[in-house]
Amino acid sequence: MRPIANTRSAAGIPTGRLAVWWVVASEIVIFGGLLASYVMHRLAHPAWAEQAMHTNVWAGGFNTLVLLTSSLSAVLAHKAAEEGDGPKAARLLGYTMLGGAMFVVVKAFEWTAEIQAGYTITSSTFWSFYYSAAGLHGLHVIGGVVIMGFVAAAARRNEELHRVELIGIYWHFVDIVWIFLFPLLYIAK
Amino acid sequence: MIERYLVAASSYAQDIDNLILLIAVLVGFWLVLCEVVFFYFIWRFRARDGHKAEYVSGENKAHKRWITIPHLLVLVCDVFIIYGAVRVWVNVKQTLPPPDATVRVIGQQWAWTFVHPGADGKLDTADDIAKIDELHVEVGKTYHYELSARDVLHSFSVPVFRLKQDAVPGRIIRGWFEPTKTGEYSVQCAEICGMGHGLMGARIMIETPGEHAAWVAGQKPLSLASAR
Amino acid sequence: MATADITTDAHHHHEQTFWSKYVFSTDHKMIAMQYMFTGMFMAAIGGFMAYVFRMQLAFPGMEVPLFGLVGPNDYNALITNHGTIMIFWVAMPVLIAAFGNFLIPLMIGCDDMVFPKINRLSYQIFLLSAVILLISLAVPGGGFAGAWTAYPPLSAQAQYSGTALGSTLWLVAVALEFVAFLLGGINFVTTAMNSRAPGMKMYDIPMVIWMIVIASVLFMASVGPLIAGAIMLFMDQVVGTGFYDPARGGDPVLWQHLFWFFGHPEVYVVLLPALGITADIMCVFARKKLFAYRTALWTVFGTGILSFTVWAHHQFVAGIDPRMAHIFTVTTLLISIPIAELCFIYIATLYGGSITLSTPMLWALAFVAEFLIGGVTGIFLGASGADIYFHDTYFVLAHFHYTFFPIAIIGTFAGITMWFPKMFGRYMSEFWGKVHFWGTVIPFNIIFIPLFFLGTIGQHRRIYDYTNFPELSLPWMQDLRQLATVALIVMLLFQFIFLINMFYSMFRGKKAPKNPWRANTLEWTTESPPPHGNWPEGLPEVYRGPYEYSTPGRDEDYWPQNVPS
Repeated sequence: MRPIANTRSAAGIPTGRLAVWWVVASEIVIFGGLLASYVMHRLAHPAWAEQAMHTNVWAGGFNTLVLLTSSLSAVLAHKAAEEGDGPKAARLLGYTMLGGAMFVVVKAFEWTAEIQAGYTITSSTFWSFYYSAAGLHGLHVIGGVVIMGFVAAAARRNEELHRVELIGIYWHFVDIVWIFLFPLLYIAK
Repeated sequence: MIERYLVAASSYAQDIDNLILLIAVLVGFWLVLCEVVFFYFIWRFRARDGHKAEYVSGENKAHKRWITIPHLLVLVCDVFIIYGAVRVWVNVKQTLPPPDATVRVIGQQWAWTFVHPGADGKLDTADDIAKIDELHVEVGKTYHYELSARDVLHSFSVPVFRLKQDAVPGRIIRGWFEPTKTGEYSVQCAEICGMGHGLMGARIMIETPGEHAAWVAGQKPLSLASAR
Repeated sequence: MATADITTDAHHHHEQTFWSKYVFSTDHKMIAMQYMFTGMFMAAIGGFMAYVFRMQLAFPGMEVPLFGLVGPNDYNALITNHGTIMIFWVAMPVLIAAFGNFLIPLMIGCDDMVFPKINRLSYQIFLLSAVILLISLAVPGGGFAGAWTAYPPLSAQAQYSGTALGSTLWLVAVALEFVAFLLGGINFVTTAMNSRAPGMKMYDIPMVIWMIVIASVLFMASVGPLIAGAIMLFMDQVVGTGFYDPARGGDPVLWQHLFWFFGHPEVYVVLLPALGITADIMCVFARKKLFAYRTALWTVFGTGILSFTVWAHHQFVAGIDPRMAHIFTVTTLLISIPIAELCFIYIATLYGGSITLSTPMLWALAFVAEFLIGGVTGIFLGASGADIYFHDTYFVLAHFHYTFFPIAIIGTFAGITMWFPKMFGRYMSEFWGKVHFWGTVIPFNIIFIPLFFLGTIGQHRRIYDYTNFPELSLPWMQDLRQLATVALIVMLLFQFIFLINMFYSMFRGKKAPKNPWRANTLEWTTESPPPHGNWPEGLPEVYRGPYEYSTPGRDEDYWPQNVPS
């Protein structure tokens, strides 16, 4: 049962979208705090550049491509949902989920290689940041995929189609975090 | 004000006390004024029979004056306080007058190690004197301190100097003081550092040149390696 | 979905079991009660901790009745958790979550929060966090004892603290509490933005709602970096990373920045709801319009923004670049301008009023009178030069208790006595309410004025036994400590009067009508207590601002927001 409160829109923005924007805002400051801490440390320790050489730029670059593509299908899913085509939106969300899953799989191989090469989370503070920041982001990817599963299941039955847009906003946010993480952790030498 | 209860024994202690007095006078004025007006209003405008409250929106200029003028006056007071605070801060924390001697202050759980330069007046020489929880300085001389910590945060606090500085592991923080009164006073750790934080007091002995020379002469230099 | 469907749905009463009504309810009023009683329970624990360590300070080495001997680590754990509990498990749940949940839907005229299930989840996470915190006190090694600020390396490395499990559980509890309040805050802000009654425009929102919403936004904007910091601290504790370990390229001062970037706005997060509560109460019992509502509102916005720029005044002597101190001295002293302005607004609101000294009004007035002392003493600490001396003395302690006590205790009692008739449909005893008021406010001053003095003459904080410091253990100083402790015990005993008054009145108090205080805001237009759905016969509409008291040309001295002109 949905309260009347939920159906009102005094601010002119649908309640769900407003709430997701607030979620994104509070997440931005979490990642902002983590990345600002990393950047401050990085500037104080030029020697970390040598550590950063051992990250796999190709794997990171491929993952960037995967995430960006998955965001595209999220946008198309939103468009389908706007047109009222629930099954199509669900199928497109499925592609996005596939992209998220591929991102995590690539990450797993990448990390395995790095850990086997001896670069573990306690090797140095660079690697601590590397695993913590990317790990926190990875949890957001996994969480996003799981929620997207529920949204897609409902969309297939043409229910709660407005949620397709909401999960899309969240997914773009996760995507943008990676756009910051990738150059900071992989490319900056 | 503070001096009645706690000696002011450094060259800048009096400045800090004066700054505190200045703030006390300025904020005290506003505090008393606000409280008096506040309680007067409560009494003056108490509910009485047949008396209706006034309708004051406070939105027009004539009304707003009553809050904008006081608040500009507060701003003026702030400027005075900022000026005083910055002046004292620059003197105590931002300048390093040329030293007569340097002492090394090392915090660890839960004791202070003080490394004094020996008779030669230089640190890192064979005649350095390392003391646990005992700092000996000479009145009227300018000292630099090199503050460090071995394990967790500590804070080197000498109330009679009105001086406080946190010790951070991995850093050496430099500062200065000039004792102006002889006597034995307290040194505290002012940053919680674990179970023994409450035990981490030391003593500072401010001595006349003669006393200090006699104390230096009576010390057996300790091995440096342990005290670095 | 059509509105009509939902209204019938709301009327649809099914058999409610004890569990669905009191424990797993999604009704904002019940969740408010859950937050309030959990907060009061935690306040009892926090108060008991204060009693134990004050006894140790007054009578060092004494076997404290109901506790036993207080060792140095016990003492540190007690003060640490007293601070943590009073801020995160008392001030926040009661002032923001309890009053926010109860008042927001009722005062903006809707039937519930926009996301009732997320609201329930928020409370459940909060309850879990409270349980974890209480467990952390009992684990081997003892509870976390590194002060509520949890500065590393002491908090990060068990070899220094000796409380490996206690530190980690404390950190997990605090982090979960943040998550609970993020969920709650998103709900509050979204509800207040979107679900207002038709006709309720920006300047028609009661001050207390504005304040809770701004506080929630401040919380959301400031807590992120600390969550990131907490993740790093957790990794340091559990995985063995070195984010805060200088020996491995980390930096312990980083935590201080992240902590105080949150910690200073956090003061305003709890201050603002208390300010809002007192503003509403003062208008009702002075029968006056709030002086310069718009100025007050914009002043609060300004305070909120400014509060993000002052954090390093907690770190003047922490080893930051000394040149930075000037910036933070200026910003900190600038924040005195909006706060002074608010104070003038409150005083001006009384001018020309018709003031009734009811119990809620007494609390509201006491809030202003006492908070002023807390406010002006902050100037000493914001001025870098004076803070060199005052940092980490009892002056700081007395200062922030003069801010937090009015906020968390006086403000809370003001709110509870004000809205009790609405919450439970009955009056509390005015006589016992006033006895409790004086029995709380007078001892409060007797506790902390001696501590101001002791701090001024050099008594530093977090010391379990001052007999180790000859200058600080003179007999007259010990007398002052005992005076403060006795006053605390008197104050704690007076709280039983409140508890008895509250629980007795809940069931046996005089029945209260819809609008016992003749107030304007929407919550007073429904039944006391409001039924499920708040206004069963239809949600109200709004025609004017919340403070139209003693409007010229009207017979009555109030003009409710929902009455058409």
